[in-house]
Amino acid sequence: MNFQLTEEQIMIQQAARDYAQRELIQDVIERDEKAIYPTEHIRNLAELGFLGMLVDPQYDGGGMDTVSYVLAMEELSKVDSSVGVIISVNNSLVCFGLEKYGTEEQKEKYLKPLARGEVTGAFLLSEPGAGSDATSQQTKAIDMGDHYLVNGVKNWITNGHTASVYLLIAQTDPAKGHHGINALIVDRHAEGITVGPHENKMGMRSSDTHSVQFTDVKVPKENRIGEDGFGFKFAMKTLEGGRIGIASQALGIASGAYELARKYAMERKTFGKPIIRHQAIAFKLADMATEIEAARFLCLKAAWLKDQGQPYGIASAMAKQYAADMAMRVTTEAVQIHGGYGYVKEYHVERLMRDAKLTQIYEGTSEIQKVVVSRAIESGNI
Amino acid sequence: MRVLVCMSYIPDTTTKIRFREDNTQLDDTSIQWVINPWDELALTRAVELKEDAGTPVDEVEIVMVGGVRCEPILRKGLAIGADKATRIDVEPLDAFQTATQLAAYMQGKDCGFIVCGIESGDYNEAAVGGMLAELLDYASVSSVSSVQFDGVTPIYQRDVANGKEQVKVDGPAVLIVQKGFARVPKIPNMRGIMTARSKPLDVIPAIQAEPLVEFVEYAAPPSKGGVKMLNTPEELVRSLSDEAKLI
Repeated sequence: MNFQLTEEQIMIQQAARDYAQRELIQDVIERDEKAIYPTEHIRNLAELGFLGMLVDPQYDGGGMDTVSYVLAMEELSKVDSSVGVIISVNNSLVCFGLEKYGTEEQKEKYLKPLARGEVTGAFLLSEPGAGSDATSQQTKAIDMGDHYLVNGVKNWITNGHTASVYLLIAQTDPAKGHHGINALIVDRHAEGITVGPHENKMGMRSSDTHSVQFTDVKVPKENRIGEDGFGFKFAMKTLEGGRIGIASQALGIASGAYELARKYAMERKTFGKPIIRHQAIAFKLADMATEIEAARFLCLKAAWLKDQGQPYGIASAMAKQYAADMAMRVTTEAVQIHGGYGYVKEYHVERLMRDAKLTQIYEGTSEIQKVVVSRAIESGNI
Repeated sequence: MRVLVCMSYIPDTTTKIRFREDNTQLDDTSIQWVINPWDELALTRAVELKEDAGTPVDEVEIVMVGGVRCEPILRKGLAIGADKATRIDVEPLDAFQTATQLAAYMQGKDCGFIVCGIESGDYNEAAVGGMLAELLDYASVSSVSSVQFDGVTPIYQRDVANGKEQVKVDGPAVLIVQKGFARVPKIPNMRGIMTARSKPLDVIPAIQAEPLVEFVEYAAPPSKGGVKMLNTPEELVRSLSDEAKLI
């Protein structure tokens, strides 16, 4: 067993840390407060290669391994998890899905600009009535011979407004159940697409989340990913990798909050000594550090399995559930350690606490991750 | 035109500094080493000049005096955009020994100019650049804020009191640079990180050179007093008046 990072992995971790601590930190509070999309930061991070860091250089990506991705996601999300989720969706849902299952023509046309970060992508699975129950797709993609005709509504779409490329999951043949679902590449500016208003969220406020309505949208047949009926499997396989991104994001939120709490606990004095010397606070920090380390190992293990070409679905479900729930606990304690200061925006931890909540909900709730894990237990895979 | 960038490595600025051997040596266990910030700015600007098609700079080489532990630092320099790295295989002991090693390698080497950060962030002696220029018998140009070109001839702009000064010198010069030479250190991109390993990193033997300085003893600064958090302006006034007796 080797816990030593490579020189390249350390460099990527440092590059992400440098950008986050030097640039993202400057306006993160204002962007959160006013729900401003981080346009310039995404452009800068694209130039550094983070938007397509997992994609093979053959398709203009960074060619980095998933372990590096975990390290980068943690560092960026320590400061700004909205930037984290924009990068996660682009990398581990959109680019990954296209690279693994797309045709060469689709990769040439759509993956390359996404990997270069010139455009971003969005993954459209959730619906008003289909969240955790992803098989209940109501959005229809009717086979019209040379194209699909799409009608329906998608909800909670990260990058919904800013993305240029949509990966859409829709039902073609309801009689076949989830075997009748397809995945389609859709141009965001196609006729018949209406993007709903910006969702006014509790956290991750500078990522743009929208509903998207499709009214008689024509999608060419060549934009289908995989064989007819492959869409549900495509979505589930892609989400396995997406969980590593969100788990690492949750890890970053927690470690960002922990670092702030630790610093505060060493400076703040009550009853004549720094509060870190009060056992009540010291033990909180000890628990936080231990849980963060445990989540980090779960994230890195899932990433390592993916890099080795081994099954990682169960590991990524464990990492996502544990890291998200841990992030909620750790950020809540970070606010508690800060006392009144933790409840005001200037000290960052209240934002991290609000952001942490979403990691328990999107890309598979904590409960859904437990379904994945418990089914693996029942079937003897754990 | 080739530009040589002298690079040193220092403990990360968040490192807790400890000493050993009766406070005569730095305890370097568990220190994370980073590029000296002034050298990082020097390299950033050198790479920017190379990437600017309007300048004759077409190659940037970084040169470091140090043992094998500094190779990750050189790789980062390559990832930032240097084309080649050279490590002179000896630990730096003082400014003179370091400058002597650099000069031995750089003597007669084809280059437009040499860039040195003004000082290293650990010992802060600000001595290597000047010594290097003297040992090479090159002009030394300090406080350089930018480099322009008249054809292939570099023109160095210096910050002077209340103004700027433009300097042209015969032959290569050693530029001593500080904050302002580049805006912020360049963060390496993925492509740079991926290609760093395939770029040349040469290790050359050191020459015989003795240090002039012996470090007799280090002493850490006295620990700072605690910070008192005040909640209201009234508390601040009371504190300044009654406790600090400043008002």
